[in-house]
Amino acid sequence: MKTPTIKQDMVVMLIFSAVILTMPVWLEPLGASYPDLLQKFAIFGIFAVGYNILFGLTGYLSFGHAAFLGIGSYTAVWSFKLLTMNILPALVFSVLLSGLFALLIGFITLRRSGIYFSILTLAFAQMSYNLAYSVLTPITNGETGLQLARDDARILDRLFSEAGEGLPSTDFFGFSMSGYSGFYICAVLLIIAFFISQRIFHSPFGTKLRAIKSNQTRMKYTGYNTKPYLLTAFVISGMYAGLAGGLMAATDPLAGAERMQWTASGEVVLMTILGGVGTLIGPMLGVGIIKYFENIFSALNEQALHQAYAFMPDWLATVMVTLTSPFVGEGWHLTLGALFVLIVIFLPGGIMEGMNLIKKRFSKKEAEPSPTEKATETGQ
Amino acid sequence: MNNTILEIDNVQKSFGGLKALHDLNLKIEEGKVHAIIGPNGAGKSTMLNVCIGQLAPDSGTVTFNGENMIGKAPHEINQAGISRVFQTPEIFPDLSLLQNVMITAFATREGAFKMNLFRSLSNETEIEDEACQILTEIGLMGKQHSHAGSLSRGDKRRLELAMCLVQHPKLLLLDEPTAGMARHDTNKTIDLLMKIKEGGMTKIIIEHDMHVVFSVADHISVLAQGTIIASGTPDEIKGSPKVQEAYLGGAHL
Ligand SMILES: Nc1ncnc2c1ncn2[C@@H]1O[C@H](COP(=O)(O)OP(=O)(O)OP(=O)(O)O)[C@@H](O)[C@H]1O
Ligand SMILES: [Mg+2]
Repeated sequence: MKTPTIKQDMVVMLIFSAVILTMPVWLEPLGASYPDLLQKFAIFGIFAVGYNILFGLTGYLSFGHAAFLGIGSYTAVWSFKLLTMNILPALVFSVLLSGLFALLIGFITLRRSGIYFSILTLAFAQMSYNLAYSVLTPITNGETGLQLARDDARILDRLFSEAGEGLPSTDFFGFSMSGYSGFYICAVLLIIAFFISQRIFHSPFGTKLRAIKSNQTRMKYTGYNTKPYLLTAFVISGMYAGLAGGLMAATDPLAGAERMQWTASGEVVLMTILGGVGTLIGPMLGVGIIKYFENIFSALNEQALHQAYAFMPDWLATVMVTLTSPFVGEGWHLTLGALFVLIVIFLPGGIMEGMNLIKKRFSKKEAEPSPTEKATETGQ
Repeated sequence: MNNTILEIDNVQKSFGGLKALHDLNLKIEEGKVHAIIGPNGAGKSTMLNVCIGQLAPDSGTVTFNGENMIGKAPHEINQAGISRVFQTPEIFPDLSLLQNVMITAFATREGAFKMNLFRSLSNETEIEDEACQILTEIGLMGKQHSHAGSLSRGDKRRLELAMCLVQHPKLLLLDEPTAGMARHDTNKTIDLLMKIKEGGMTKIIIEHDMHVVFSVADHISVLAQGTIIASGTPDEIKGSPKVQEAYLGGAHL
């Protein structure tokens, strides 16, 4: 259980970057290489990697991080409406504003720990969700959602050019946010986000966060004021969520309150746990798997199922369709729920734990590991 | 005449109807090893809990280095220079031994909060060396990269001692530091405690093992039913009939 050296970290960074940037290539055979889905991978990746800084390192389970996602989206759309279609200011404001809100919400919710903290964060997120539909309608445009309009001010853009026909689209200094260029912009941001998370994980600061998770009482009697540590982690993860929310708006300039709903908060918890909470790479795996299968399952309908079971005798196919149809299409969330139950019961450490188990199985055949080695392997 | 580093003045603490500490007065001299002995439930651990801010007393004061400690948060009291080894080991079970010790070392060097997000722990060689040195002294080197949670109870206790020693506290509180250890390890711990005694660190040691008490203590106080019933040098305590009666029950020392 050694902290990796900078050199080892850099190797991981290189591999990670290569894997992310070549996604359009190696996801092709899986039928998952189209830009919309790739952008989703990258954006939810940022969300989950940031969420893991809070949940993975400190063990504080927030059920309200979608609120920051929503704040990021609204902020970005307002930036598109008022300032410019360039995503740079939009993302900067998204990150800053969600960070500010995280500071406020974290300050209050971190007065409690454990289940009470989770409930408080959930309550705050649901409050934000309801406010977005009611009092804040002038800012959020209520149920319709906040959209671009042709007669938006866009002050900065107007300095350089006249408003064109139709709705303008988002860009990053000329690179369009739609299609593959949009994916590459998201991917670069994901790589930066991952890099920062890696630095935090292996810094004294990150180790202190893990120490808080391990034994907060000891931390206090060791001379640490744990509250500002927790608050910093909360704000950082809130800023990550804000960036993800901003990017969602940047790839599709529309912000609705449903982005703040508890199901969205729950989804990031699920992705993190599925992949392996507290591991660097785990949350990314969780995102990949959940978004990939969401893509497949939610596109299925009864007809598609009938085709899939066509090789079976008619009666069996009918039975199979009846059995499986609740799990596809709109029922994707049912599948997700079932998956979650299975993971939490059988593999609470997520896929990363599963891979460690397999690795151990194999290395066991070669040499029986000594107890100290065993302890070492389960780390990081 | 030595300086008083810690003064407990008229401290009272009740749990419901139970008077755990009752008119407790105690002065600890700087640089001395002060042993507290007394029967189970006498209030020894409760006394330490009050000293480190884990419990607020009903009344009375605790003065450390001329400063009132009552009402301060636990981390402020630690930063003032008091470290404690608990009766049941309090360590970071999910971190490696080395990380356990390094974390505590950081607290002393950097204070209660520092935002060093982008340094790498693996580059903190100075602190790592210091941590390794202490782990070597305490006999845990070789296991420095294993999970602290996988240690035996005695080893956990030694690790916790290492974590406190790396802080170079002005006052070290030891709540039964050798309980659960084999004789051999107990002796090693005594040796270590004797060694740091020369370093001038003030220590309060709570111990049931009289062999340990009489090998390390400069001064002994006997606590019974929440109050100090006798105080003196080891020889005075050995000879006191009051102590024999109240605590030692006439047992040979
Ligand atoms: N938090 C608490 N709540 C209620 N009662 C407590 C609490 N802490 C201690 N006590 C009681 O106070 C008395 C003194 O306990 P304390 O732990 O200080 O004894 P001790 O001298 O350390 O004993 P031992 O040698 O067994 O460790 C005991 O009767 C104990 O049950
Ligand atoms: Mg005790």
